Order: sequence, then structure tokens, then C-alpha cells
Amino acid sequence: MHWKAGENALRQANMAVLARASAEQLSALWAKAGLDAEHEMVRGPETGLVTVRGRIGGGGSPFNVGEATVTRATVRLATGAVGHAYALGRDKEKSRISAVIDALWQDETLRPKLTERILTPLARDLENADAAKCSETAATRVDFFTMVRGEDE
Amino acid sequence: MYVAVKGGEAAIRNAHKLLADRRRGDRSVPALRLDQIVEQLALGVDRVMAEGSLYDTELAALAITQARGDMIEAVFLVRAFRTTLPRFGYTCAADTAEMLVERRISATYKDLPGGQLLGPTFDYTHRLLEPELAAGIEPENAETRETSDEAMPRVTDILANEDLIESDGDVAQDKPVADISREPLEFPLQRDARLQALARGDEGFLLALAYSTQRGYARSHPFVGEIRIGEVDLELEVPELPFPVPLGRIRVTECQMVNQFKGSAKAPPQFTRGYGLVFGQSERKAMAMSLCDRALRATELGEDVVAAAQDEEFVISHSDNVQATGFVEHLKLPHYVDFQAELDLVRRMRAEAEARANDSEHWEAAE
Repeated sequence: MHWKAGENALRQANMAVLARASAEQLSALWAKAGLDAEHEMVRGPETGLVTVRGRIGGGGSPFNVGEATVTRATVRLATGAVGHAYALGRDKEKSRISAVIDALWQDETLRPKLTERILTPLARDLENADAAKCSETAATRVDFFTMVRGEDE
Repeated sequence: MYVAVKGGEAAIRNAHKLLADRRRGDRSVPALRLDQIVEQLALGVDRVMAEGSLYDTELAALAITQARGDMIEAVFLVRAFRTTLPRFGYTCAADTAEMLVERRISATYKDLPGGQLLGPTFDYTHRLLEPELAAGIEPENAETRETSDEAMPRVTDILANEDLIESDGDVAQDKPVADISREPLEFPLQRDARLQALARGDEGFLLALAYSTQRGYARSHPFVGEIRIGEVDLELEVPELPFPVPLGRIRVTECQMVNQFKGSAKAPPQFTRGYGLVFGQSERKAMAMSLCDRALRATELGEDVVAAAQDEEFVISHSDNVQATGFVEHLKLPHYVDFQAELDLVRRMRAEAEARANDSEHWEAAE
């Protein structure tokens, strides 16, 4: 399948939202959206490991920090569209639903519904959670001030 | 003749049943749920993830429960579980400059872009036990404040502008990134292999070594350039997609230790650096790691190797608590045959020694 410029970035952004979404919320939205399509599992859902890399000094050569669990799935719809999902953790149902959403999203006519019923609500909640966390962190910011010691009086 | 002795099956079976019973404890006390451990013993979970070298909060919580709170046993369980899973690949290197920061402090600059953010820290608490916690009193919600969009560059990037500090560490590009979980350790190591070992090394061991460098064994005049804790995005290159696939976020702690360096034949006087990067919120471990990383660079920087913390083979060979506990604890397993052999040997040596003593007494008496 050929992708228009920008399509990849959109698809990647969707996958980022799905990867971070809570399994419960995704299942609930998915059940309510009524978009389920017949599909076969091409791979998985299966859980494995990725080795997490960092960089020496933050920006130098890469090194391996440790491993993390990841679950992935690949589905094929009756239309032939193939969808993939990868996410940290071990939730297989989340992985399967995410892969179906990725496959459905390749049909442009379904995008508005997928976006409105699933991706936007998920993204909004993730953003709100980040914003709440940031504002709590911001409250712990140190405001330095200088004490007037009074010796000039 | 070697005679294999069998036995103890029933005893072992019953001991494990007893273990399960004691682990559960008093049945009138509600059993712990994993989400309670993940939420309320989060730093213990982080430690098990870091030293177990596997980021998965729920598995770490399960391991802590199964191990009855014995952290090294929990780390062991996590390590063992790791070996049962296939490996999908190596992530793209996480960018800590893009971290969603939950804590960020510098001991070298008061005013720095992005500010000093204390976050959920034990620092400045009075270390007094709080009876309210025992009484189950719910705390107030956290305070909030408007956030700024100010960027939060790594402190070392700020210092680097003046060229008074060495740049981020590079190892030779012509070799693949070391992976000590795939390849056996071969000394001397490159810095990437050392950091991987330190990242999963025992916090207590690394803390003690780091402390020894401060007390004068391989003194390195350290300053905390920056500690930051928060979530970083992970991405994985996969063949089926034309872009790196996002995996979600993990929480890490990064420590940039800045050390005085008087210069050598190879390098001008400047600040050198030690680096720490650890899974979870593990500030003490990240600091210890960065101090050990710096101490272990002695040879690279032309310093004399005079202390334990600078001895790569000593530090890295003994930093893994699963290996350490395996070898120490194996001593309690039956060594009946070995001991019988040694007992026999000592008896013979004793008999010979006594025979020699008797001989010399004869000589003395004769004289």
C-alpha cells in the first residue's frame, strides 16, 4: 500500500495514542463505537521483550539499560487491510483491538468515526493526565529569593 | 565409589506448602492486591524492575508478593521470567531531554532554564514517623500551579557551550552496542557494557562503592549537575512499518554527575562526567551509578587505579545481586560428599602433624 506524505505521521500518532491508552478505556470505547470488523489474526497477540536503549551522558553513544515487556498483534480484515499494534505491557486484548483500529484506519471513509469515537477521547484523556501531572510538578518549583539581612539599615 | 542419595521430596513439598501459607499470613488480614503494591510501594517496585532489568510494574509487584517482600528474591524471579520471553528488538535510544519531567534538580546551577522542580521527594522531610499513615488518614490532594512552556535542557548541554565540560560519552562506532545479556563479559569492557551492568547492579553494592569514592578511595570531587525523573517515550524500528512504532512511556531516573578533572596528557583541565540512567524513580541508585561510572573511567582518563571502585573487573563482576546471591546461597545446599572428603583430608593432615610432633618430642627427649 502506498501512503501519502503525512499519512505515516498520522498513523504513527494514532499508534502512540493507542499504545499509551488504558486497556479498560480502550475496550469501553471500542465496544461503544460499534466499528468491530471481521478479522483474522496474522500474528499474536503475543508478549515479548524489547531492550530499552539510552545514550551515554544523555546524548552520546547508545547503551542498553534493560528490558521491557511489549505485546504486539497483527490482523487482516476481510478487505485485505493489515493492521499492527505494539504497546508496552502484557495486555493481549488491548493489542488485538489496537491492531484492528490500525487496519480500519486505512480506510479513509472510516477515519472520522474512528477519530471521533475512539482516538480523540483517548488522546484527550492522556493530554489531561499529562497536564494535571505537569501542574502538580510545577507547584514544587523552587522560587529563590534573597533575604534582606538588615546590615545596611 | 559414588553413591547417589535421594530423599527429601515430601519435606520439600511440605516446605513449599508452608511457605505459601506463611506468605499469606493471618487469613483475617486482607490479602494484598498487586495494584496496591504498584501504587503504594512504588519505589520497591521500581527497584525490582531496575535490578531485575525488566520494566513491568505488575510483574515486579507479583514478584515482591511471591518473595514475601524479599527484594533480591523478587529480582531473581523477574530475571528468571525474562528468559521465558522472545525478544522483539532494541528500542531507539530514549531521549531524556524530551522527558515529561516529574522532578528535576541541579546542585550546580541555582537558576537554570526550566527551573528546579522538587517533585515527590523525601528530601527536606524530617524523617519522623507519621502516625496518621497508620491511622489510614487520606492525604490532601497535591497543589497545582500554572505550567510554563519553558524548555528544560539537560544541564550538561548548558555547560558544554563553554567547552569546560567533556561532551557526552562516545564509544567506537565501528562495533555494535554491547549487550551483556547476550554476550559473556570480557574485560576490559567498553563504557556501554559497563553502564548496562551498572544499570541492573545491586543498589546497595553500588551505593557502598560510590560512598567509598567520596571518602577518599578514588576521590573524584563530584557535583550533581542534574537529576531528572520522569517519563520518556520509547519507539521500536520494525520491518513491517515504515516508521518507528511508538510503544508508550516508561519512567526513568537520570543523573549527570560532574567531576573536577585537572587534565592529562590527552585532555585539557575540564569537568568530566559520570552518567546514571535507571528504570523507575531510583535517585539513590542513579547517583551511585554515575559515581561508579566516573570512577571506572580511571584508565580512560589516565588516572591511577588505586581503589576498589576503579577496578572494573572487581566492580562489574560483583555488582549483580542475582549472581552474588546464587553463589553465596548455594553454600547451604547439601555438600555432604565434598565435606566428607575434606573431613578425611583434615583427619590425615592432623594425624601427620601429630606424628611429626611426636617425632620431634622423641628427638628432644633423646638430646
